Amino acid sequence: MLSRTADNLFWMSRYVERAESIARILHAASRMAAVPIAEGSETNEWQSALAAANCEHIFAETGLEATDENVFEFLAFSEKNPSSIRNCFKMARTNARAVRTALTTDTWEAINSAWLELHRYRTDDVSPSGLNRFIAWVKESSLRVDGSAYRTMLRHDAYWFSRLGVYLERADNTARILDVKYHVLLPATEPVGGGLDFFQWSTILRSVSALTAYHWVYRDSLKPWLIADLLILREEMPRSLASCYANLTMFLDELARDYGRQGESQRHARRLYAQLRNARTDDIFQNGLHEFLTEFIGENNRLGALIADQYLI
Amino acid sequence: MGTQFFDEMHGADEGGCRLPYRVLEQWLADVPDDLIEQRRQEAELLFRRIGITFAVYGESLAEERIIPFDVVPRIITGDEWERLSFGLKQRVRAINAFLADIYGKQEILRAGLMPPELIFANPAFRPEMMGQKIRGDIYVPIAGIDIVRVDSDTFYVLEDNARTPSGVSYMLEDREVMMMLFPELFSRYHVRPVDNYPDELLATLQSIAPESAPSEPTIALMTPGPFNSAYYEHSFLADKLGVELVEGNDLVVQDSLVYMRTTEGLQRVDVIYRRVDDDFLDPLTFRPDSTLGVAGLMSVYEAGNVSLANAVGTGIADDKAIYSYMPEILKFYLGEEPVLKNVPTWRCREPDALAYVLDHLPELVVKEVHGSGGYGMLVGPAADKQMLEEFAAKLKAEPENFIAQPTLALSTCPTWVDEGLAPRHVDLRPFVLSGTDEVRIVPGGLTRVALRDGSLVVNSSQGGGTKDTWVVNV
Repeated sequence: MLSRTADNLFWMSRYVERAESIARILHAASRMAAVPIAEGSETNEWQSALAAANCEHIFAETGLEATDENVFEFLAFSEKNPSSIRNCFKMARTNARAVRTALTTDTWEAINSAWLELHRYRTDDVSPSGLNRFIAWVKESSLRVDGSAYRTMLRHDAYWFSRLGVYLERADNTARILDVKYHVLLPATEPVGGGLDFFQWSTILRSVSALTAYHWVYRDSLKPWLIADLLILREEMPRSLASCYANLTMFLDELARDYGRQGESQRHARRLYAQLRNARTDDIFQNGLHEFLTEFIGENNRLGALIADQYLI
Repeated sequence: MGTQFFDEMHGADEGGCRLPYRVLEQWLADVPDDLIEQRRQEAELLFRRIGITFAVYGESLAEERIIPFDVVPRIITGDEWERLSFGLKQRVRAINAFLADIYGKQEILRAGLMPPELIFANPAFRPEMMGQKIRGDIYVPIAGIDIVRVDSDTFYVLEDNARTPSGVSYMLEDREVMMMLFPELFSRYHVRPVDNYPDELLATLQSIAPESAPSEPTIALMTPGPFNSAYYEHSFLADKLGVELVEGNDLVVQDSLVYMRTTEGLQRVDVIYRRVDDDFLDPLTFRPDSTLGVAGLMSVYEAGNVSLANAVGTGIADDKAIYSYMPEILKFYLGEEPVLKNVPTWRCREPDALAYVLDHLPELVVKEVHGSGGYGMLVGPAADKQMLEEFAAKLKAEPENFIAQPTLALSTCPTWVDEGLAPRHVDLRPFVLSGTDEVRIVPGGLTRVALRDGSLVVNSSQGGGTKDTWVVNV
């Protein structure tokens, strides 16, 4: 397969995954914004949404205030924000269009119609129900792309490269969402374990479709360390870091087997995966969750660079 | 206006119906208009969903448009087709022989059949190709010959496309969509299939692989990239052929061979079906500012280690000035009378012809010799006084840049437009595949239709649409 084709497939699915994450972040922010907070303990869910989407700096450049309307517009539709949902779908489609031949008709149509339908949702309706409709549609679009790829694509390198994009992006997003909750969301005056805290954690879990899963796994009330355990170490949780790495190593190994040789990306992914499998929540908290997540995000980026070196250029 | 044109359904007589169209006419009469309109909309939706779009240069708003598709098929009888395809093969044989001669011994110039400056002063002539060996002398493996019909017996060749003719994806997709939307019509006609085109193309490309290539040569389709107006077609064909769709950046030259960069390292490429113009192929030989090409590609080509389809320099054969010599070219190389006639053409470079053209400008169509896509032409009968005067001035300034032809009475076909069925002018582009083993043509081609009432310009860039073309046995 052409290196450029592999690169396009990889980024195509990264962008779709990113669009979905941004939609989930927006959803979480709008739920949090709906809850009254105590006087004087001002938090800004919309600011934290920007942080979780890794868009704080670029938003600051616009000079706008982080109001619900501004942030929603910026994360959903802005042409200036390279990670806006609009631009994610646009880039996904541009990448898909460049490798039209490596995709099945179903997958191409899923991506193409996401882009075409996007124009129906415009910024003039930022009412909560308008926002919810839009978010639901983004998730559906992403599911359609994912599902059509899963159901129709041949299991060979084209599929594997597209899956690598999904899991690399997802690991990054999960780590960021967790990190933001821990360091940005909770105002200093609010006690850990308080009502607001509970509500925020449950919203985080919802944003990764894991609230029900949490109760199934732990049969316990929401505890920050258990949530971290779920989103970092539990392989059965599909958006956890461990699950992402189980998949990344699996698809990289498929590639290595098929091509008859392995390289740095396989070794790096396996190393990270082993670390996640051997890690314990206690240790992570002891050494600092923020530090752990920051390091993880760096290592995850490094895996992206290694994959690029080995296959994509 | 309608009566002066030959209508392919009704013939010369408006009340009648020609035999091959009778079933269709009956069917159209039986089916309610709503249904046809509904199917037309379905077709448009299908085209948009599949992503069959094209970009129009200079239209920033409509980044991608679909070419309008007309649901009424255009019908050609088996007998008409036999004659057409015989004439097409003959014409393409002559084009290949002409190119081999022009880049070889140049006997046609020695015989004094055409002025040498027509070749040597022509920007489409590539001196780099002099003496270059081309396998089997197949310079033009893929030709698109534009045909127009003027009455029940006469087909003219309007234009030869010997560089990178496009449109074949529409021939294939139009058929797919027609079969999906109107299965009942296909049960009433025996329409000859066209869907073996990709197989025939693949066989053709394999046949021209360099002798140094392995027995199963690696073929790649080279595109300028997603922003090219025909990108959809490039990706569509690569897919059907089962070959890689490469851009210049994907290819690299090493040790006199061309390779593509793959996830498993470099892989040799033997045949490149390139949809990139000569000028952009290799920045070391042609335009140095080209980012679409591959540095060193021409050196590999010269060493005979890669075949290009079509060969470099074929533009000299489809130049409109050369076109007017095609009857002579055909006789010179094949010793045969052309089966397909040229449209009578005045070469404005010749003083007598120029005088005639200037006198009769309102009746003529004047084209730029090197233009394509319907740009830069004058349609006399449709032009106002000022346009005529401006064009006359251009003509006098550079007569050698123009040819003129009578305004052709292009045939019409019933076409579904806003007001219902109405006659619209059509042309036909069949695709002729020449390999070192045989010449292949699938029965049919791309029918382009001028959707505007009275318009004779069928180019998609000028508001033309397409129709499915049926070759049927009646």
